[in-house]
Amino acid sequence: MRRSTVLRDVAFAVGVLAILSVLPFVFPGRHFSDFVIRMSAFAVFATSLNLLIGYGGMVSFGHGLFYGLGAYSFALLMQKAGTSIPMAFLLTMLISAGVATLIGAICIRLKEIYFSFLTLAFQMLVHSLIIAWTPLTGGDQGLTGGVPRPPFLGIRLDDPHHLYLFCCFVLVASLFVMYHFVQSPFGYTLRMIRDNPRRVGFLGIQVWRIRLLAFVVAGIFGSVGGLLMSLFVSSAYPDFAYWTISGEGVFMVLMGGIGVFLGPLVGAVVLLLLSDIVTGLTEYFGLVLGVVILCFALGLRKGLLGTLWEAWRDRRRAGAGLAAGKH
Amino acid sequence: MLRIENLRKSFGGVSAMNGVSLNFAEGSLTAIIGPNGAGKTTFFNLVTGAFKPDAGTILLGDEDIAGLSPPEVVRRGMARAFQIASIYPTLTVRESIFGAVNAHRGWHARLGRRFPLAEAKAQADEVMELVKLDSRADTVSGYLSHGDQKLLDIALALALEPRVLLLDEPTAGMGPEERWQMIETVHALWERKHMTLIFIEHDMDIVFRYAQTIRVLSYGTVLAEGTPDEVRQHPKVIEAYLGSHFEHTDSR
Ligand SMILES: Nc1ncnc2c1ncn2[C@@H]1O[C@H](COP(=O)(O)OP(=O)(O)OP(=O)(O)O)[C@@H](O)[C@H]1O
Ligand SMILES: [Mg+2]
Repeated sequence: MRRSTVLRDVAFAVGVLAILSVLPFVFPGRHFSDFVIRMSAFAVFATSLNLLIGYGGMVSFGHGLFYGLGAYSFALLMQKAGTSIPMAFLLTMLISAGVATLIGAICIRLKEIYFSFLTLAFQMLVHSLIIAWTPLTGGDQGLTGGVPRPPFLGIRLDDPHHLYLFCCFVLVASLFVMYHFVQSPFGYTLRMIRDNPRRVGFLGIQVWRIRLLAFVVAGIFGSVGGLLMSLFVSSAYPDFAYWTISGEGVFMVLMGGIGVFLGPLVGAVVLLLLSDIVTGLTEYFGLVLGVVILCFALGLRKGLLGTLWEAWRDRRRAGAGLAAGKH
Repeated sequence: MLRIENLRKSFGGVSAMNGVSLNFAEGSLTAIIGPNGAGKTTFFNLVTGAFKPDAGTILLGDEDIAGLSPPEVVRRGMARAFQIASIYPTLTVRESIFGAVNAHRGWHARLGRRFPLAEAKAQADEVMELVKLDSRADTVSGYLSHGDQKLLDIALALALEPRVLLLDEPTAGMGPEERWQMIETVHALWERKHMTLIFIEHDMDIVFRYAQTIRVLSYGTVLAEGTPDEVRQHPKVIEAYLGSHFEHTDSR
């Protein structure tokens, strides 16, 4: 029975990939594919943040650290070490895992707001490092000289269509893995910790270990988001590690809906649409974003997808109730 | 089974546990009674590692568990439920119980499989049936009635198949009818599971009817201990705690 649910998910993922791969023929032109590529970077990043916020109850204000770390690690590995793309991809994930283990070991022992601010502090530390270490990082100018994209397995990422397909694949694969993560016994232990950490301790579980592993997994996928973005812009900028990225991450998570796995993906689409449309109309993007956040905070607490999901569930329940009443 | 010697704890100079020594035989059913603030919950907190004792030994079997953390104590076969039901409000009853079974079996950090695990089902079903929550298995815990939340809290502890089970006021906040149902359930699972069960209780009718032995705490010391009859006749208990209520109980 369980094997079939996994197969169903695989089929779903393959189906989504198939649809994504034909979409550029429906919407030709760079505009669409560029949008999807940026969206994939943001969606992987925001979904990884939701592992912490939505499933772990750990509100990180510094998750952008891993976005920046992923972008710089990958770009530098490609530039300076001349590794292959798959190798740089793997090493970037390993580096982020290491950094996340170190930072996580310090942060996860703190509660609520203290955790949030410590993550933010580490993010600002990394940002300052990037700015200060000019010989390696190019300082506030960002990396210069571009990120080489040598072909591998017949995939040429300097071809926009190949890059589009690659990003779609990474998006779907990452979400697939993270979905498995939250649906595993581990994922449910994480939810229990979110609800009541003390009670989890009294089940004989060392709470910090579960939290730390969640922090590391979130860090790894956060860096994958940054990696995709550095592939797209063929560089890395200090802004990738700035606190505003963390803020946008939280925004996407809240906008899409904390309680729904695909909420942050919806949040990523909305954020990008907003920024593309609004920046074309006015220079006051920040102002518009502020108003949108306010509306969500006041009206749509559960986020877009969360609200829709609950409405659908309530209707289904009401329907079931009516049907039961007729008997 | 559980042997406590000279247990001490003070909070900022105020002594809450004042050299308590108690012994709980294997498979016994014991009630702990005492007025508000006597240190009953503190006693549970010390025994389960929620607080570190200032002094004293806590022997579980042959091992001194004083100073261990709650997960370490729980792993050695002790489980508890709380005075105010402590549950996972956004998870369903079923999810909570499966989670507890996973914890007990060491499956709680598995990544390669889907939740719920099929091999946890038999035990999860048994636990839900024991506390009669099977009909509400798919209810979100936060929406359960007060009494059902207390039952779920106990069920979480039961899923760990403890050798020693500590229940902090299982009937707290319930109406008379519901209380008797609750204590009947608790008594039935004690009979079925052959564990050492210690419960804190304020309702003297329940205490004298169900407990094999009773320990009376007052101001962090043991005021009296013994069978219900011995405790009933203990002059200090009559004077300090039971008073006229005891007469009322006796005349029933
Ligand atoms: N964490 C704590 N910090 C400071 N004082 C505490 C703490 N926990 C308990 N106390 C104190 O220890 C004493 C005993 O409290 P405890 O909760 O054990 O009483 P109790 O017998 O369970 O009472 P009740 O019947 O009201 O539940 C009280 O004076 C209480 O204020
Ligand atoms: Mg108490």
